[in-house]
Amino acid sequence: MSDGRNIGEVILNLEGISLAFGGVNALQDISFDVREHEVRAIIGPNGAGKSSMLNVINGVYHPQKGVITFHGQTRRNMDTHAAAAQGIGRTFQNIALFKGMSVLDNLMTGRNLKMKCNFLQQALYWGPARREELEHRRKIEEVIDFLEIEHIRKTPVGRLPYGLQKRVELGRALAAEPSMLLLDEPMAGMNVEEKQDMCRFILDVNDEFGTTIVLIEHDMGVVMDISDRVVVLDYGRKIADGTPDEVKSNQAVIDAYLGVAH
Amino acid sequence: MLYRDAGQFKDTYAADQQIFPIRQDRIGITLVLLFAFLVVPVIGNQYWLSAILIPFLISALAALGLNILTGYAGQLSLGTAAFMAVGAFAAYNFVLRVPGMPILVSFVLAGIMAALVGIVFGLPSLRIKGFYLAVATLAAQFFVVWALTKFGWFSNFSSSGVISAQTVVILGYPFDTPVRKYLMVLTIVVLMALAAKNMVRSSIGRAWMAVRDMDVAAGVIGIRLMHTKLLAFAVSSFYCGVAGALYAYGYIGTVEPEAFNLDLSFRVLFMIIIGGVGSILGSFFGAAFITFLPILLNTYAEPFAQAIGLQLPAGMVSNLELIIFGALIIFFLIVEPLGLARMWQIAKEKMRLWPFPH
Repeated sequence: MSDGRNIGEVILNLEGISLAFGGVNALQDISFDVREHEVRAIIGPNGAGKSSMLNVINGVYHPQKGVITFHGQTRRNMDTHAAAAQGIGRTFQNIALFKGMSVLDNLMTGRNLKMKCNFLQQALYWGPARREELEHRRKIEEVIDFLEIEHIRKTPVGRLPYGLQKRVELGRALAAEPSMLLLDEPMAGMNVEEKQDMCRFILDVNDEFGTTIVLIEHDMGVVMDISDRVVVLDYGRKIADGTPDEVKSNQAVIDAYLGVAH
Repeated sequence: MLYRDAGQFKDTYAADQQIFPIRQDRIGITLVLLFAFLVVPVIGNQYWLSAILIPFLISALAALGLNILTGYAGQLSLGTAAFMAVGAFAAYNFVLRVPGMPILVSFVLAGIMAALVGIVFGLPSLRIKGFYLAVATLAAQFFVVWALTKFGWFSNFSSSGVISAQTVVILGYPFDTPVRKYLMVLTIVVLMALAAKNMVRSSIGRAWMAVRDMDVAAGVIGIRLMHTKLLAFAVSSFYCGVAGALYAYGYIGTVEPEAFNLDLSFRVLFMIIIGGVGSILGSFFGAAFITFLPILLNTYAEPFAQAIGLQLPAGMVSNLELIIFGALIIFFLIVEPLGLARMWQIAKEKMRLWPFPH
């Protein structure tokens, strides 16, 4: 897509990432990069290692081999706190909201890293702690407006339908004002209308806030429409990397998805 | 009718984030507090104050402490009584050994000692969860009681291992009558409940609940799991420690380590399960249920039996009490597993419409 966005320099570079669980090689020697402001998709059949890839990027899994360079800082592996502090936000394939809390509290939790008051100040809830709470509430209301979830602000997330839960989860990631968003199947299990809404939100985030998006998705129509570049994994190996059109016509990709006669 | 929030609009975020956003609730809590502070000391007799209300408030404080750890942060603990014991014996030793130690400062220091012990026994929570953690906290329960009995220093080498709490004097004013003790305990409990409410509605409370509900997602958001869990253990144990100190200074007066046995830990755990896990108000409901119900049964079981013409053997009444008590607990858990706090909330929602059908 060549609208007004300027795709910038490479901000995330993965080199030779290998991850194994015992004898299972989840990822084998995978390298790819992500440029600033772009929408980068990771696709592949089930079990290809897509979610493991995201888990490596934000430090949930630590790869045995390879290096990760994010914003000029090279390291063997990320750690979840450092990833969050550097502005990597994340949603999960199986909704990972805090079920016992309201939508508002879930979103506020997304900003936890930005809240500086200690627990004694919060126990008093006077002066700085109160000011901080209200200031962040204002920011959260912007996210609520953006995602059009004003009406469910105070609802416990456990009571919401699936599509809205997905949206709230995106909101929780956005609340931290991330520079890069990792979305793990944001549209899985949605109907066409919900998918369209979600696409619009993702593109708006990318467009308005300049957030870099790394996205796993199975709906090929969506992937080909909204991503700038696509990397294809199969059985833990990278089999293709390029623009949607290049990937679509790649024989290895077609084989992986349709299967070949051996 | 009475409990309607129509027409109460919030036009600032501050107004929306109050502890009691609905006007009727604010009036209600004010009335309860006025009653507790002004009316009860006047109408309450010695039996009610020292045998019922003071232990109720102290149990509520301990339940509040456990609720922070188990209800909000999701870490199951069976060491509540141990942390109370640390608080009671720490307060005693601070007053005994530091000349001129103000009693309130010694309560705070007792809480801090309990918090330190809580952090040590909270360390396993970094690796284990749920029932396994509960078993690990049992170690605290047995170790603390053993240490307090084994080392005479803690009880100032009293031959029976029993300590006698010194008279409480705050700013030259002795708190020696039941009414004064009641007011002291009430003030401390109310202030600490307010502080707990403030914590759980701020970022630290959200971090606790995040760790409870989904720890991987909490980590990805940038919440440090170790820091958050240990802080929950520390704050929870602080509350239990102060409850223990109040147990010695506001309630019994003479305390032995064995008073803080596993039974007490379980009692406090039942309080939060019945009152409502993850609710400040629930801690008070649960403490009230466990404290008042046996007294009610005790008072009314025999007159009731006689009224329907039943002759009960003497020993049976106390057993019957236990049976009814157990049955009621099971009944409440089946009817509302989320506890009395949730029932209260449902009742309030019904009250919004009552008596009209729509």
